[in-house]
Amino acid sequence: MKRALFILSLITLTIGACAPAPNIGAITPPYIDPGVDPESWAVIPAGEFPHGQHDHMTTVDYDYEMMVTDVTNEQYARFLNEAITDGTVHVGEVDVEAGEQAWMVEGAYGSYPGDPFDGYKHEEEIKAGDKLYVPTQAEGLRLTEAAGVFSSIPEYANHPMTMVTWFGANSYCNYYGWRLPSEIEWEKAARGTEFASGYGYPFPWGEHIERNNANYYSSSDLFEKMYGKLGNTTPVGFFNGKTYDGYETLDSASPYGLYDMAGNVWQWTGDDYPDQHYRYMRGGSFFTYEVDLRVWKNNSAGPQYFSPAVGFRCAR
Amino acid sequence: MQAFSRRLDYLFRSTRGLTLVAIATVSIITAIFGTLSGPMVEWGIRDITVNGLGMDLLEAEREGRIIMLYHTIAMTILAIEVYFMTEILPMKRHEQVIINGTITVGYLTAVIFGLLFSYWGHNFTYHGLFLVGQSLVFFAGILLMVALSPWKKEYRLEKDSPYAHTKGGVDMERMAFFVMAIAALISASFGAVTGSFWSNGHETFLGEDLIRVAHKTLLQKAIIGHLHIMLTLVAVGITLIVGHWMKFKGILHKIAMPTMVLGIIGTTFGALSVVWLEWAHNIIYVGSTFIMLAALFYVIYTWDALIKEGTAGIKKPNFFQKMGALLKDPLKFGPGWQMVFMNFTVSGVGIFLAIKLEEIFRVWPHREERITLTGHWHILAALIATIILMYFADLSGLKGKVRKWFGWLLIIMSDIAFASATIFSMKRLFVDETNQQGIVNTLMLLMDLGLGIILIVLAIFLIWRLYDLFQERGYWFKEFSTEKKLSAEAEIIEQKLKLEELNAILKEVSK
Repeated sequence: MKRALFILSLITLTIGACAPAPNIGAITPPYIDPGVDPESWAVIPAGEFPHGQHDHMTTVDYDYEMMVTDVTNEQYARFLNEAITDGTVHVGEVDVEAGEQAWMVEGAYGSYPGDPFDGYKHEEEIKAGDKLYVPTQAEGLRLTEAAGVFSSIPEYANHPMTMVTWFGANSYCNYYGWRLPSEIEWEKAARGTEFASGYGYPFPWGEHIERNNANYYSSSDLFEKMYGKLGNTTPVGFFNGKTYDGYETLDSASPYGLYDMAGNVWQWTGDDYPDQHYRYMRGGSFFTYEVDLRVWKNNSAGPQYFSPAVGFRCAR
Repeated sequence: MQAFSRRLDYLFRSTRGLTLVAIATVSIITAIFGTLSGPMVEWGIRDITVNGLGMDLLEAEREGRIIMLYHTIAMTILAIEVYFMTEILPMKRHEQVIINGTITVGYLTAVIFGLLFSYWGHNFTYHGLFLVGQSLVFFAGILLMVALSPWKKEYRLEKDSPYAHTKGGVDMERMAFFVMAIAALISASFGAVTGSFWSNGHETFLGEDLIRVAHKTLLQKAIIGHLHIMLTLVAVGITLIVGHWMKFKGILHKIAMPTMVLGIIGTTFGALSVVWLEWAHNIIYVGSTFIMLAALFYVIYTWDALIKEGTAGIKKPNFFQKMGALLKDPLKFGPGWQMVFMNFTVSGVGIFLAIKLEEIFRVWPHREERITLTGHWHILAALIATIILMYFADLSGLKGKVRKWFGWLLIIMSDIAFASATIFSMKRLFVDETNQQGIVNTLMLLMDLGLGIILIVLAIFLIWRLYDLFQERGYWFKEFSTEKKLSAEAEIIEQKLKLEELNAILKEVSK
């Protein structure tokens, strides 16, 4: 009897866990205005800052600007429409290559001049040609497309643009005469020059992280109530000190006033390092634990990679 | 007072007692520091631990803390394996006492001060004492190596011995233990020297964070080699120990032991030569194939022996009777099974990913690759822990239903947890990020369930051993008495031999 009870409890627990979990493509969140202008830019002055986990003092010897928030779905849809009109971007099937492998994907694409290829161990050649920007048939895309015209899903208009490849992010910035930030530029913008307890800031707002500082895995934010602990993106600049539907956020801007530099979505950076094809991302996401939100942590993937947890912002 | 000192005597002067203390130490470390990550963070347990124990955790020091934690656990596991070795392998009583005493002081010093340094503020006195502790463990390793020397006359085997030996009678199993001890000493030095020389120990990093760094520094390569080989050697150690326990012998033993010796040498050289050889991985593949072959021979032998023993009274046993015999005793079936299971959850995953490198790792984000990497070695380490527990539970005299429940829960729950962790690490093959929540929830639950039940089983076992210590003539008393009796008998034989030796000298001198 006891054995049967034990086995029954095991089965119940397992079946319970297997119950359909909400998927992030199936539920539409309410529209929330975060109150931070996604069109704004912040100036990061020249100077040295503590770089990396071990605070190597590094100098960026020029002023530069970075977007205060990630590029939103609405902004990206606007770019696609403008670029389709002037023939820079096309919609249709395009080859996606990874080493010797290649497969066709339906989506928005444009040309890319290719990367220098060093032929180093494990490096894959990124050849010149048409590259996928966003897959139009993939689940998780917050844009809709009809007859070559893109629109953002209204409730997601001010959420960060996701499901975008490095090519798509790079193309957006270049189209407007900007660029993706380098990893060093990104990190300086995220942590500034201050020290606490003998170390450079590990998080954009300072030394410690609270659950309502950022959108990360199991942070119990407003959207995790809808989607489960894996959550979903939050609107850009959501963690600005306001209270939404009873959920109180902390103002989590970086020392230069940038939002979402920790959590929400990983952000593509611009570096193409020698001897490898990977592109690097910073900031962590709603899919990752808080350790990945520390400003020196990075992630990498091939430039053809896209994900509901990866977005970008530009620098100039 | 006398009762207390007798218990202390048992815990710190008998091999079984020392092993019990070390297992309890690892359990306490796991119970406390396991609350600082994963689901425990989500459930708010970490905050309780951190605040309750007054820990001082800075974000930039996380990797350093984890490295110290791994080292304290590793020191304790090494001590447990050394206790097992000094108990089962013939050596002089004073060698056993010195080795066990040195390693006990060493690992306890390393554990206490290593954890104080990393979790309760950077007092460098603690760090110094952590290094003293590790040095003592290393010194105990040197003593063990000397004691294990297989060429000593008294440890040679007869020509017709069923155990692997050379023509001159050198015991090849002892040789495998000896080579493993030397390899561990070399590999430990390798980690210590490179860590101190190139980074002065301050700029910490985790191996899994470096995997995509195209040009790794010599330090980075050295540390990656060190951590891989140390875990491999711990696995080799427990394989040899359970082989001895299961009385592994005969033709398979005669093939397995030289194979194991070659495997240890090859894999150790391969792992360390990662620093200077581009093709070091090929050496590792060859070396580890030898080690895995030796383990396979162990599994074939022991399973066959279990079947033969369990069907001894049956003339022509059918398949089900054979299976019944094989599965009758989970503690004896378990170690071999866990080694087979390891091939699905650790080695198999590694080989599969190597074959699918272009499609997987060159496209997947680094984070997914990191999950697979950390997953596979956590699983290997935990599988080793379950084998140690099975062996120690047998030594502790578990019998009847308790033995079966303990053994089967350990096997089934660990396998559920590790299979789930393996599927979790490979999930991107069959589910995309948008649709992963359901499978992630299920797998996380199964992992937590499996590991949770193992920890409960272990806690019950340790509580029983603690309760037993309060008994006047509990199991501890029997263990202690048996060990004292065996030690006394061994001592008498040693003394007799010594007496004969001295008499012979006197005779020679008086001529």
